[in-house]
Amino acid sequence: MDYYDIFINVLSSTVRLSIPLIFTALAGLFSERAGVFDIGLEGKMLGSAFAAACVAYLTGSAWLGLGAGILCSVALSLVHGFASITNRGNQIVSGVAINFFIAGITIVLGQAWFGQGGRTPQLAPEARFAPIILPGADAVRDIPIVGPLYASVISGNNILTYLAFLAVPFSWWVLYRTRFGLRMRAVGENPGAVDTAGISVAWLRYRAVMCAGILCGFSGTYLAIAQSAAFIKDMSAGKGYIALAALVFAKWKPVPVMFACLLFGFLDALANFMQGKQVPLVGEVPVQVFQALPYILTCILLAGFIGVAIPPKAGGVPYTKER
Amino acid sequence: MSTASIPLPNWINYGLIPLLNLIVAFLISGFVVWLIGESPLAALSLLIEGAFGSGEGIGFTLYYATSFIFTGLSVAVAIHAGLFNIGSEGQAYIGGLGCALVALALDNYVPWYVTMPVAIVGAGIFGAAWAFIPAFLQAKRGSHIVITTIMFNYIAAALMVYLLVHVLIVPGKMAPETRTFLEGGQLPKLDWLMTMFGVKLGAAPFNVSFIVALFAAWFVWILIWRTKLGFEMRTLGVSSTAADYAGIPYARIVIIAMLLSGALAGMMALNPVMGSSARLQVEFVGGAGFVGIAVSLMGRNHPLGIILAAILFGTLYQGGDWISFEMPNITREMILVIQGLVILFAGALEYMFRPAMVHIYQQFKPA
Repeated sequence: MDYYDIFINVLSSTVRLSIPLIFTALAGLFSERAGVFDIGLEGKMLGSAFAAACVAYLTGSAWLGLGAGILCSVALSLVHGFASITNRGNQIVSGVAINFFIAGITIVLGQAWFGQGGRTPQLAPEARFAPIILPGADAVRDIPIVGPLYASVISGNNILTYLAFLAVPFSWWVLYRTRFGLRMRAVGENPGAVDTAGISVAWLRYRAVMCAGILCGFSGTYLAIAQSAAFIKDMSAGKGYIALAALVFAKWKPVPVMFACLLFGFLDALANFMQGKQVPLVGEVPVQVFQALPYILTCILLAGFIGVAIPPKAGGVPYTKER
Repeated sequence: MSTASIPLPNWINYGLIPLLNLIVAFLISGFVVWLIGESPLAALSLLIEGAFGSGEGIGFTLYYATSFIFTGLSVAVAIHAGLFNIGSEGQAYIGGLGCALVALALDNYVPWYVTMPVAIVGAGIFGAAWAFIPAFLQAKRGSHIVITTIMFNYIAAALMVYLLVHVLIVPGKMAPETRTFLEGGQLPKLDWLMTMFGVKLGAAPFNVSFIVALFAAWFVWILIWRTKLGFEMRTLGVSSTAADYAGIPYARIVIIAMLLSGALAGMMALNPVMGSSARLQVEFVGGAGFVGIAVSLMGRNHPLGIILAAILFGTLYQGGDWISFEMPNITREMILVIQGLVILFAGALEYMFRPAMVHIYQQFKPA
């Protein structure tokens, strides 16, 4: 295989592997910018993947699957909101609880309903989001350099992939150009001031966690019925935490979030590609190095060695109205 | 006056409210069982039968509980200093490395009672070392301990898979694990203790590390409530500004608390590595580090509560196995569901019932 083909190959799997990270990290962005930490991203992603796969299998419709995924994830967000906003519980504990609950319930229900060891039955092609071939993809394939890039990386993805890349500027617009976004960011920095202005802190935070739920719904749906054709147990495999890492890495800003996710997706793609291959001078690089790299990078960043990542000031602190 | 600040007697705060939280968690779990089309009551009786119906069942229950006491104490020590250590899982995993290296080095030469203290120290040091970096980052660089400990869980997992696949594996074998320890590296079972109560242990791997766990709980109690260091940790946990004002060194206490937390998590490895499988395997921790979170929350961060909560979770693990064996419709993962609900109600929704309790209490309290 010549080098450019390899490059295109790795690039296209980078895109595929980054999409769930982008959705999930944007979800975390909304929640954390409003001052609600969300360790439960992993669970929401897994839960929506399960819901999406079940409904898509039963109805044969990918869109209904997406709806179910979003619904499930929003419901979990509301539980998180109820615990951490209304009851002022510990947000980390609530998130951990959601992760446990979902890791178990998806397998328990999956086994009880389908009897296939916790996975859902294989989906028919029409119950999935199929790749969209952009116009002219085949025609330009033979043009050097640009052709393969267009045909294999830009074209041939499913609709959720394009939505993910649209969600990035859209999130930026919501956060920085709408009244809702301004208030949401304010509530993550100084909820007292927002309260003084006569705006409900709780309602703002609830809306923020619901936004997070919707976005996580997309990422879970992508995992189950766009990337794969069934729900497989534990299919989120720590991606929720990687998205959290990407969020820290991007310093809680939408466009850097996209690049951080692409970087982590690239590491993942590279790990897959490098398996069993020799690198000149180094020899075979263990796949675990690539797997650990996003986490190590995030720790180094958090330590302030490559710029400072300052989280929203009121993050993790339940708001108590002064009496 | 808000309902949050009205004092309630201890038996409500530490007895009734946790019990109520637990009951709600169980009711919802029962609902899930019903949803699957099985009888919740039948499942409950299977759970109890599986966990306590035979000597072997009790042995397994206490075997699981042993691991959970260690990880529960680990989480609790950190919480007393105001730190949420999500990294017990990774610290226990790395602790297993320390434990296994000692066992591999000594099992040929000395009996188990010489190996064990060294292995406890080895496991503790390795676990503490893994907790040190997040602790240092929190204390000196202000990075959030929750995020860094999560990251370190994943780094630990990658590191251990690498070591077991490439370094510690027995040449010529496929399974990523170390060689089986000889007798000098295996902890004896507690048959005699079980026989004292007139039951047979059978194949259950209930072993000496249970006694070590009880000692660890006693040690934590002394540390937290009877020493200056413990007082400083608790002060820091209540209010870091107050601690600062009182001249308690923030960075030092954070690091010491996390080292202790990591060491306790690391010692958990004793139970599965030297007590049960007699070798180091991939993913031997099996989520016990996370169970520690539930155990610590349920036990209100008190060693005695932690022992009780650990036995409760041991019951769930062993009984859950039994249920999944008898009712194939209900898989083992039902434990995760219950665990999630317990964490949710006992931890995050801890105060949900408090206003109602205050209301009822005020109606009946002696004037």
